Amino acid sequence: MAQPATPIVSGKGGASAPPEAPSSPLEGTSALLRERTRAAWMFLAPTLVVMLVVAGWPLARTFWFSFTDANLTDMAASQFVGLDSIRQVLDDPDWWTTVWTTFRFAGVSVVLETVLGMIIALALNAKFGGRGLLRAAVLVPWAIPTVVSAKMWAWMFNDIYGVVNAVLLSLGLISEPMAWTAEPGLAFGAVVAVDVWKTTPFMTLLILAALQMLPGDVYEAARIDGAGPIRAFFQVTLPMLKGPLMVAIIFRILDALRVFDVFFVLTGGGTETMPMAGYARQRMFEYQEIGVGSAAASLLFAIIALFTAVYMVVGRVKLGD
Amino acid sequence: MKKVLAGLVAAAALITPELAQAEKIVIACGSVGQEKELCTQGAQAWAKKSGHTVEIMSVPTDAGQQLAQFQQLLAAGSADLDVVRIDVIWPGIVANYFIDLKPFVPEDVLKQHFQPIVKNNTVNGKLIAIPWFIEAGLLYYRKDLLEKHGQKPPTTWQELAQTAKTIVDAEKKAGNDKLVGFVFQGKSYEGLTCNALEWVDSFGGGTIVDSTGQVTINNPKAVEAIDFMSSLVGNVVPKGVLSYEEEGARGAFQSGNAVFMRNWPYAWALANSKDSQIKGKVEVMALPKGGPDGKATGALGGWQLGVSKFSAHPEVAVDLVKYLTGPEEQKRRALVGAFNPTIMSLYKDEELLKANPFFGSLYDTFTNAVPRPTITGTKYNQVSTEFRNAVYSTLSGKGKAADNLKKVDAKLKSLGKNGKW
Repeated sequence: MAQPATPIVSGKGGASAPPEAPSSPLEGTSALLRERTRAAWMFLAPTLVVMLVVAGWPLARTFWFSFTDANLTDMAASQFVGLDSIRQVLDDPDWWTTVWTTFRFAGVSVVLETVLGMIIALALNAKFGGRGLLRAAVLVPWAIPTVVSAKMWAWMFNDIYGVVNAVLLSLGLISEPMAWTAEPGLAFGAVVAVDVWKTTPFMTLLILAALQMLPGDVYEAARIDGAGPIRAFFQVTLPMLKGPLMVAIIFRILDALRVFDVFFVLTGGGTETMPMAGYARQRMFEYQEIGVGSAAASLLFAIIALFTAVYMVVGRVKLGD
Repeated sequence: MKKVLAGLVAAAALITPELAQAEKIVIACGSVGQEKELCTQGAQAWAKKSGHTVEIMSVPTDAGQQLAQFQQLLAAGSADLDVVRIDVIWPGIVANYFIDLKPFVPEDVLKQHFQPIVKNNTVNGKLIAIPWFIEAGLLYYRKDLLEKHGQKPPTTWQELAQTAKTIVDAEKKAGNDKLVGFVFQGKSYEGLTCNALEWVDSFGGGTIVDSTGQVTINNPKAVEAIDFMSSLVGNVVPKGVLSYEEEGARGAFQSGNAVFMRNWPYAWALANSKDSQIKGKVEVMALPKGGPDGKATGALGGWQLGVSKFSAHPEVAVDLVKYLTGPEEQKRRALVGAFNPTIMSLYKDEELLKANPFFGSLYDTFTNAVPRPTITGTKYNQVSTEFRNAVYSTLSGKGKAADNLKKVDAKLKSLGKNGKW
C-alpha cells in the first residue's frame, strides 16, 4: 500500500486500527481462560510496544506540532499557538481544493476498482484451463511499488515519446499528441487510470477469495427456482458478498484518501493536482512550516477517522467480529 | 592457529593508524544531466589525493524536493551528510545549519569568484558556502533548421514565436509531424518560476518582489508577458511543456523534435555529445527580449558547496569543498560538462572558450541576469510557489494573467506585510 516516506504517514494510525482489546471482561470464568487471556496479552505486548513507538509516537508528535508554529529553519524557537495553525489551514482555499481533489479521486477510483475487480473476479472464478497462471498474472500490477509504476506510467504518458499517444494516434482516436500529465483535467484522469490499473488486482483478490467461500447449493436452489445468471448475481452473489465487499471498499477508500505517491510522481506540481497529503507535505517541507503542515496532516487524520466512523455506522460493519 | 591470529593482529596494527585518519565524507551532488557523474569523478579525485573516502548521496532532480530532503536531515541533526550542494536561493533558508567557511578560506581566494554570489552566500556575516558554478537561462536553437528555412535567430519573443511557427509549418508539410516550436520548463516547480521570471523581466515587468521588499508582480508589463507566453501554448509550444523539468525539455530538443529550447548551460555539452541527434546543429544565445523595448535577461542560478554543522569531520569536509570549488576542478567541469565557472579568470582561458564558444558572451548575460527575490528570506519558497501556480494556471488556460496575478499580489502582500519578510 502506498506510503509516503514522510511523517504524514502518521495519519495511517487511523487506517490500521491498533489491535483489539480482548472481548468482554471475564467474570466467573475458569482459571484456564484467565491463563489464556494472560498469554494472549503477553504475546501481544511486543506488538503493542512497537505500535506505540512507530505509530503512536509520531502521531502524538504530529498532533503536538499542530498546536505550535514550529518551523524547520529553527525548530528550537517554536511556540504553542493554540488553534492558530489549524485555523490557517482551514482559511486556505488551496486546502479545500486539495480536499475536493482527494475525495473526487477516492470516489472515482474506488468505484471503478470495485466494478472492474468484481468483473475480473467473476471471470477468474469460472473454471477454465490456465486459471492459476492468469490469477497470478493479474496480481502483477499490485506487486509493483506505486512509485515505480507511477514513474513507468509517467513515461508512457509522455506527450512526445510516450506509448499511450503513439497507440491512440495510430488507432486514429486522437489527431494530435495529448499532454496527459500536464493539463489539470487530463492529469486527474491519468492519475485515476494509474491507480485503477494498480489497485484493481487488490479488489479482485479480495472478491475472488469471498466468491470461493460461497456455498454451491444456494446457486443450485436459485437455478431450480428459475433465476438466470444475472438475477442470481444480484440476488444471491451480491448480498452474500456484502460483508467482505464492504471491508474491501473501506480499505480502499482509506488508502485513497491518504493518497500521495501517484499524484506526486505523475503530476508533482500545482495545487490543482494535489491531494491532501501533498498539501501537508508542501507546507511542512517546501515552506518549512512544520506547525501548519502538521495541522493539515492532523486534519487529514481527522477526516479519515470521521469517514471511517460514519461508514461503519451506516454500513453496520463490525470489524471486531 | 595462534600464528594466524598473531599475524592478523600484526596486520591490523599496521593498517589501523591509517584507518584512523581516513574519514568517510558524504556529499550530495546534483542529478540533472551529467552532474552526478562529474561530481563523482571530482570527489574521487580528491579522495585519491587525500586518502579519505567519499560517498555520493542520491538526491531528487527537482531543487525544491532536494531542499525538503536536506531540511529533514538537517533539522534532525543528522551527521549522515557532510557536504551539501546549495542552490543560489537557499542561503537565507538554510544558514542555520551550516558552518562559517570564512576561517578556512583566504580572502584572496574568495576574491577570485564573482562577488555578487559570494555576497549572496554570506548570511549575517557568515560565509555558508563557496560558489561552485553559476548559470543563467539561455536560448538554444537549431541553426540547421533556421538556415534551411531562411530564418534569423530571434531577438524578441514575438519573433521567436513567428520563426518557430514558420519552421514547424514548413516541416509539417514535408512530413515531419513530430517537430514542435519551443520547449521550456513548464511544470509547476522552481524551474517554472525561473522561466516566468525571465519572461516578466524581459518585458520590463520587474522581479515579483523588488529589492526593498515591496510586492511588484501585479503590473501591466508582467500581465502582458505571461499572457503572451500562454497564447503560445497549444500552437508553437506543445502542451506537454506543462509537465517538463530541465530534462524533459532537453529530451524533446535533443531528440531533434524542437526548434527552440530554454535551458541552463549544462545542456550545451550534452546536445553536442557523441550520441546526440543534433550534434553540431545547435547554437546558443541570450534569451529574447519582450518586444523592441524589452531587455535580454536570464534567471540567475548557480550552486555552492557548504559544510553541515553536524558533520563529524568538518575540516576534512571543508578540504573537499575547497578542492571541488578550486580552479582546476571548475575548469574540468566547464570543459566536460559546460558548467560555468564562478572564478572570473577562467573566462579568459583559451581552452575553455574553444570548448564553449558562448562562454565569452555569457559573461555579459551573468551581469544582466535577474536574481530571484531572495529578499523574502525563509518565505522564498512560498513566494515562488504562489507565483508559479498563477503562471501555471494561466498557461493551462485557467483564467487570464490579470486575474491570476492580482490574486498572487494579494497573497504575497499578506505574507510579507509592508515589505517585511
